[in-house]
Amino acid sequence: MNIDQGDTLEYDVLVIGGGPTGSTAGRFSARHNAKTLVIEKRQEIGSPVRCGEGISLSWLEELEIKDISPWVRRYIRGARIYSPSGHVLEIIEDIAGDEVGSVIERDMFDKDMARLAAIEGADFMVKTAATGLLKENGKVVGVKAKQMGKEFNIMADIVIGADGFESQVGRWAGIYEAIKPKDIMTCFQYRMTGIDVDPDFTHFYMGTRAPGGYAWIFPKDEVTANVGLGVQLSRLNGEVTPKEYLDQFIAGHKGLRNGEAIDMVAGAVSVTHPPERTVADGILLVGDASRVVDPITGGGIVNGLKQAKIAGEFAAKAVSEGKTDVEYLKKYEKLWRHRLEDKLWRNYMAKEKAMLLDDVMYDKIIDALSDMDLRKVRVETILEGVRKKYPELIKEFEDMM
Amino acid sequence: MSLELNVEKCMRCGACVGACPVNAIFLKEHSPAVGRGCTECGLCVNICPVGAFSLGGE
Ligand SMILES: Cc1cc2nc3c(=O)[nH]c(=O)nc-3n(C[C@H](O)[C@H](O)[C@H](O)COP(=O)(O)OP(=O)(O)OC[C@H]3O[C@@H](n4cnc5c(N)ncnc54)[C@H](O)[C@@H]3O)c2cc1C
Ligand code: SF4
Ligand code: SF4
Repeated sequence: MNIDQGDTLEYDVLVIGGGPTGSTAGRFSARHNAKTLVIEKRQEIGSPVRCGEGISLSWLEELEIKDISPWVRRYIRGARIYSPSGHVLEIIEDIAGDEVGSVIERDMFDKDMARLAAIEGADFMVKTAATGLLKENGKVVGVKAKQMGKEFNIMADIVIGADGFESQVGRWAGIYEAIKPKDIMTCFQYRMTGIDVDPDFTHFYMGTRAPGGYAWIFPKDEVTANVGLGVQLSRLNGEVTPKEYLDQFIAGHKGLRNGEAIDMVAGAVSVTHPPERTVADGILLVGDASRVVDPITGGGIVNGLKQAKIAGEFAAKAVSEGKTDVEYLKKYEKLWRHRLEDKLWRNYMAKEKAMLLDDVMYDKIIDALSDMDLRKVRVETILEGVRKKYPELIKEFEDMM
Repeated sequence: MSLELNVEKCMRCGACVGACPVNAIFLKEHSPAVGRGCTECGLCVNICPVGAFSLGGE
């Protein structure tokens, strides 16, 4: 689409951000006959990759995704969780919940989500940033946008903010809640090759080598993996950076030490409770911008996609009914909360507990669990096993399970 | 303003932008910039995965 300085475009639904949740919101809004535009400030959807690329595959049906071959890189048999002194808990696929299952090519994934949206009729503009909201009587009616030096306006009945962790759209609309430092994980990751780790498992390393978070190894092929780590912001004081924690982790890992880093990724995720508000007059938020990342794993793709489908369908409906005021849009909030909120709260509470564990406790718990065959057992049996070995530990967790 | 950014280190990841409690940081074309309202709380210094921000008279 050719844009001139000062142009005004008109759409029913405008999505800010061409990440997976923005494209998916656009996909479902276009499917329900809303004239939809997705704008992305980067010049290429999906690139550079800012992700560990580990996701479950339990949600494909809900999102109506039939062909995953464009982006699945490797199927994973299960997860191994390592305590600080080296006890290992192995969780095989069929009993693990979400977030184990595959390692993907995230750039191909994001492009595929855009492709699905385009098939439904959504328009896309890359290298196009929203620079501010347009409001009338306090209601959002569009955005100011900039593409390669040209400034123009995009009017829309509904604006969807899908602009990620660093979201400005919500802040401009006054829906902003500062996230507590204890609920932010700051991350650094290398793509490493020439390494020696079991390529059929994802690997998670707990304890103070990644304070308040964990280190991960997500294999891409036999000798290549995403090797990263997230640290709780409140445990950093500017002395040791996440990159330095990761460098230390790699130096101490004999399968990684001799590998080569061929890519670097920095970023942050929120691991917070569900937000108070995700709508205002004429606007709604989805994905990382609305803080629906899983508080335990830090994975945000799957929750974001489920929410984005709801957002897209709802936006199209609101436009067709001509009801885009905040009271009506609150129904969107109700819908996505119904789908996601219980688990978000449960996992948030569990994360808060896990934060209390020190290295010794992690060792004990993972040691006790690793004695069991987790394929056959239920959560209660797991707790019973831990109770037998370390009765004092169970108290902390009992009220949560 | 004693907040300094080392643009050589910065990876433009946006972590500092999302963490600033008073929304004083925004991403310009090439790197984050600190605007009005900064309380010098230091969160952006701590969150930066590569230590690109520094605060105080170093
Ligand atoms: C290091 C790291 C590792 C991760 N690993 C995993 C993992 O293994 N599994 C998992 O499920 N999740 C992981 N996550 C989280 C996951 O990346 C996010 O949850 C996911 O990207 C959220 O998608 P989104 O569409 O909401 O936002 P994003 O993917 O962040 O997309 C937002 C888009 O909006 C664009 N944008 C921003 N502002 C504007 C503007 N003003 N105008 C136009 N466009 C704009 C951005 O350029 C960006 O493309 C990881 C995160 C990090 C930082
Ligand atoms: S020091 Fe605090 S207030 Fe100032 S820019 Fe950094 S995070 Fe924002
Ligand atoms: S957190 Fe650090 S690397 Fe990321 S944008 Fe801010 S200054 Fe740059």
